[in-house]
Amino acid sequence: MREVKAEQIKETIKDLFLKANFEIGSDVLEMLKERKEKEKSEIGQAVLSQIIENDIIASNEKIAMCQDTGYAVVFVELGQEVAIVDGDFNEAINQGVREAYDEGYLRKSVVEEPLFERKNTKDNTPAIVHLDIVPGDKIKIAVTPKGFGSENMSALKMLKPADGIQGVHDFVVETVEKAGPNPCPPIVVGVGIGGTVEKAALIAKKCLLRAVDVHNSDERYARLERAMLEDINKLGIGPAGLGGITTALSVNIEFAPTHIAGLPVVVNICCHAARHAEAII
Amino acid sequence: MGKIIKIKTPVTTETIRELKAGDNVLISGVIYTGRDAAHKRLVDLIEAKEELPVDFDGQFIYYVGPTPVKPGDASGAAGPTTSYRMDPYTVPLLEEGIKGMIGKGLRSNEVIEAMKKNGAVYFGAVGGAAALIAKSIKKVEVVAYADLGAEAIHRFYVEDFPVIVIIDSEGNNLYEIEPPKYRAI
Repeated sequence: MREVKAEQIKETIKDLFLKANFEIGSDVLEMLKERKEKEKSEIGQAVLSQIIENDIIASNEKIAMCQDTGYAVVFVELGQEVAIVDGDFNEAINQGVREAYDEGYLRKSVVEEPLFERKNTKDNTPAIVHLDIVPGDKIKIAVTPKGFGSENMSALKMLKPADGIQGVHDFVVETVEKAGPNPCPPIVVGVGIGGTVEKAALIAKKCLLRAVDVHNSDERYARLERAMLEDINKLGIGPAGLGGITTALSVNIEFAPTHIAGLPVVVNICCHAARHAEAII
Repeated sequence: MGKIIKIKTPVTTETIRELKAGDNVLISGVIYTGRDAAHKRLVDLIEAKEELPVDFDGQFIYYVGPTPVKPGDASGAAGPTTSYRMDPYTVPLLEEGIKGMIGKGLRSNEVIEAMKKNGAVYFGAVGGAAALIAKSIKKVEVVAYADLGAEAIHRFYVEDFPVIVIIDSEGNNLYEIEPPKYRAI
């Protein structure tokens, strides 16, 4: 067994949340610049310029690119030959979040209970941790601080198998249309198809970690991603919802085996601050 | 693109009536922040006929929960949050004399009707441009509900704070005017 100290996990989590909140990925930045050149709306171009300028300031000055520094979502692929020592795994993750949000002057946006008191936990914990046990002796950690302006515009639909490709396509485009200006377009659209209710949601979230210039490795799904993106960008919503041909930067689909009776689809929307960072221990 | 207009708060109804959907506005002076939790408290006070912690007459409210201020900086990152969540609380605040709201995203018909009636505008700031917007905020103070943290009511002292008029006091709505021009589906 390879031993990894809990402290190292904590430090990695902390570094990743700081990086994700300050530095937009080069894939997103390049795509924003490319779309700005193509944008037909003058207002849309001005909005894209502001977003690009904003992301450069955030990265240079180490301040949050968006004040909604998100719910801390963590994906861990834990090699089965790793033993975590000198501490509690979940606590190491939460402590990493706590220190990142404190030392990075990031906003604390978590309430401990959703309905009655909605009292802020004041340290942005607990994180939501998705754990996979995989072969090997490494730990792969990916984090995404998830903003709720876009999270709130997400949707689930249990389609019939007969609804097929067109049914999925229409549901995704309709969800984006209904969201309009609310989720801070240009957005990244995560689509989970198949599985069960929770599996579809999980893979929809997970595919938001994929770079905006990378398509699904299955050519059929890659084609569907392109077709959906094309239709979404014909909706006219545009940057900040003020009109234009740049409503989404990318549609990312993941699929999973599902039941003979079902076709679950989850659309998880992410704003243009498509923040994620990953590391391997 | 619309005109560029500079205004200073507090404003009069006459100033507001001159603003048209699509105008680019640079705001200087004071703006107050408030989002979900603070709105709930304000409306509870209005319903109980108690005094509000801030005189909102002629003022603007900015839907934002800023990040904490880093030492040496004037403001934390401070971009707009989605406005529809404040819709259920907005009409009574317009009756209290608020002349403008700054946020992002759609508003309800009730809010738009109350804006027309009371002479108020809805400004949009660019969602997710929080670090850039912070450059126009020169000083930040908490004026009420400090226990709410980021959701407390802050007073922002701003210079040339950049917004666009999304819905003017006649109800003209940029979200309804612009996107159809680019719709191709």
